Amino acid sequence: MNEPIQLDLTSELLELVRKAATELPEDMVVALEKGRAQEEPGSAAEQALATILKNVRMARENSTPICQDTGTPIFEVHYPFGVSTRMLKEQIQEAVAQATARAYLRPNAVDSLTGKNSGNNLGVDFPTIHFHEWEEDRIFITLQLKGGGSENVSVQYKLPDAALGAGRDLEGVRRAVLDAVLKAQGKGCAPGVLGVAIGGDRGTGYIVAKKQLLRKLDDVNPLPELAALEDRIYRDANELGIGPMGFGGKTTVLGVKIGVAHRLPACYFVTVAYMCWANRRAELTALLQNGRVTEVSYA
Amino acid sequence: MHKLTVPISDEDIRALHVGDTVYLNGVIVTGRDAAHKYMIEHFIRHEPTDPEDIALHDKLKALLDGGVIYHCGPVVKKREDGSWTFVAAGPTTSIREEVYEADVIRHFNLKGVIGKGGMGKNTLKACMEQPAVYFHAIGGAATLIAQSVKEVLDVYKLDFGVPEAMWVIRVEDFPVVVTMDSHGNSIHEKVQAESEARLRALLG
Repeated sequence: MNEPIQLDLTSELLELVRKAATELPEDMVVALEKGRAQEEPGSAAEQALATILKNVRMARENSTPICQDTGTPIFEVHYPFGVSTRMLKEQIQEAVAQATARAYLRPNAVDSLTGKNSGNNLGVDFPTIHFHEWEEDRIFITLQLKGGGSENVSVQYKLPDAALGAGRDLEGVRRAVLDAVLKAQGKGCAPGVLGVAIGGDRGTGYIVAKKQLLRKLDDVNPLPELAALEDRIYRDANELGIGPMGFGGKTTVLGVKIGVAHRLPACYFVTVAYMCWANRRAELTALLQNGRVTEVSYA
Repeated sequence: MHKLTVPISDEDIRALHVGDTVYLNGVIVTGRDAAHKYMIEHFIRHEPTDPEDIALHDKLKALLDGGVIYHCGPVVKKREDGSWTFVAAGPTTSIREEVYEADVIRHFNLKGVIGKGGMGKNTLKACMEQPAVYFHAIGGAATLIAQSVKEVLDVYKLDFGVPEAMWVIRVEDFPVVVTMDSHGNSIHEKVQAESEARLRALLG
């Protein structure tokens, strides 16, 4: 193929943003319901989860944002050879601006020097877009909306850490992640999901950690030692009694997902991307045939 | 379950205890990071001198005397007639206002602060003295809470941007839980201490 592929996914991207902002994924709803069922009836924890579930239903029915903090939109774009990433970037930006005008997104991009809100969610490195060329004949885009409250309690550890008694091993990782949960208390809108990265540099640590949040809660880590660690930390974190909103209770985290990246010999980072219960993620798939979009689906 | 209407009396505040569910009614004002910094720098550290500041200060004094400030940066829609409506309006994390809140509570005679995640010792002390309480709204329950916002009466400092502006809203049966009361109790302090102890036990 010699000609660059011309396509326009702007309206489909707008729908992707709408879905992400207003429809909580089913696996998250199931986990919240499970949490509610295990809390003491009538307790603040149970009431909080009941309110959350009611809100989730209303947001879906009314097509309004689940949470007013619609966060940083983070797009991971997989595309075949021949598709212009500059073109896709422009379409993503246009869709984000349109979604803001329609109140699916709050204007969230603030100039760090002047304090001025751009008003349309466009700005320097905003939204976040990562491009990945692949061999498949389709465009696959994931979007997550990462809110500020949970971003503020996300944290990166440098092991070894004497205060935590955390060495450069999986037990050290466990101690660091549990420290992050303790420090977050309810401030990241518990019950949260923990995206964890072991290794990488300081930058890739957060990228890998946030990518873990795209995984379904019931998936199983292909690396058995990580699968076991995810399970262990999940059980430990829910023993802490922090509970929904930090009101106290049994439901503190809904999932723990751990990924790895190669590291420098000198560095051993453990990065915890805390995500609130409103773990908003959505997917768009556009099938291509002879440079034309033949079918678009969402998940 | 308590039902309270702004302005709230000291007696009603003293009757509240941590864990109580409250339905709030009346006119409240949103304010978060930029608004708190502004109020401290323009009203509280020294008397306002700029005519615009004086006018806004007078309006806020009237609205917040016995009133409630809400840590919230809403999603809003402007109607064709120019009026505003709240689309999504859950609480934002309150602890960022800890350095300002005690002074704001005292200056305006606030009876309550709505937010999420709880606040620290300075705010708790101001709550005991004032008296006032910290009302915890459910974080992320933005569409549901927006249903409680019946009317947007005014907006100040819109130049701060939509999330940071001070929105004057009339609410009906806004559901909140008292997590810091005027008797020195804080659910947040209690849960923090208990969870620390549990983690120590887990790690052996």
